[in-house]
Amino acid sequence: MAAERKTPIKTRNPDLIRGVGKYSRSKMYHKRGLWAIKAKNGGVFPRHEPNPKPTTAVEKPPKFYPADDVKKPLLNKRKTKPTKLRASITPGTVLILLAGRFMGKRVVFLKQLSSGLLLVTGPFKINGVPLRRVNQSYVIATSTKIDISGVNLDKFDDKYFAKEVENKKKKTEGEFFEAEKEDKKKLPEDKKEDQKAVDAFLIKSIDGVPELKAYLAARFSLKSGMKPHELVF
Amino acid sequence: MPFKRYVEIGRVALVNYGKDYGKLVVIVDVVDQNRALVDAPDMVRGQMNFKRLTLTDITIDIPRVPKKKTLIEAMEKADVKNKWESSSWGRKLIVQKRRASLNDFDRFKLMLAKIKRSGVIKQELAKLKKENASSI
Repeated sequence: MAAERKTPIKTRNPDLIRGVGKYSRSKMYHKRGLWAIKAKNGGVFPRHEPNPKPTTAVEKPPKFYPADDVKKPLLNKRKTKPTKLRASITPGTVLILLAGRFMGKRVVFLKQLSSGLLLVTGPFKINGVPLRRVNQSYVIATSTKIDISGVNLDKFDDKYFAKEVENKKKKTEGEFFEAEKEDKKKLPEDKKEDQKAVDAFLIKSIDGVPELKAYLAARFSLKSGMKPHELVF
Repeated sequence: MPFKRYVEIGRVALVNYGKDYGKLVVIVDVVDQNRALVDAPDMVRGQMNFKRLTLTDITIDIPRVPKKKTLIEAMEKADVKNKWESSSWGRKLIVQKRRASLNDFDRFKLMLAKIKRSGVIKQELAKLKKENASSI
């Protein structure tokens, strides 16, 4: 467009009802001032030469046409978002794990990873739960919160937890029949250091609250008379 | 066994069913054999079936269908709130509410406290038993 207006223009042709304008074509011609533009240009409406189109390469006809028409699947441009985090889960919340090896353990929530899984830690010294990913659906959020403002969690993402790819070793016949000598997979030292760094800060905050350490060390279980739908967590 | 708590104007009752469950209301008028007009400082005066009310021991001195202001003054004068909260029935309800609102961490702390208390009691008991056994 040519010049930009400072104030947005109201329509020159207000609607009487939807689809019918107040002014006719000839009136609008006059209102828009096309007569003035024509007069300036010597009786003809000004016309600019079109921009030269960029030259495209000459397309050769294909050498091969497939016998059957194969339908191409439709394009899918959906972008997945990380799972919506429940409002009750904020960094520092104590969560109760409901399934898996650490069922019933009370654990500290650190952050939500880009895959939607929750990053969680015991802390390891207190209840044996390491830095771990956990699904939101298998978790009860309690209303107990711990201050984790001082911890740096930038280096933890889904790639950190990816399985390490082993290079396959070719076996000779003799070795095949021997019992497979698998050395137990040792946790690399740097992961242990990461765990210690995160936990050091957390344990300080936890020691500040009386009985919280024992609380995190204990497992949760339903006892007789407890009704989960009536319990406040 | 004669009745002790009567339906009368000024009788304080506890609502045991419905939207106002758990509230203390005052009977300000009797509509017919089954219904009463009840009022409370924080609700609009309305009718309620007697079956929804449980009578308490507390009565206040009011004329029939008093204005809200008079009702509130009479309740203050009779000190209904404190009488209720210090009665064993009222205290039980308060404890029930508190227990229902306990957090998971609170329940854990409660468990530790109970264990500690029973430990102290058992120690005393053991001491007394020993004294008793030695004296026999």
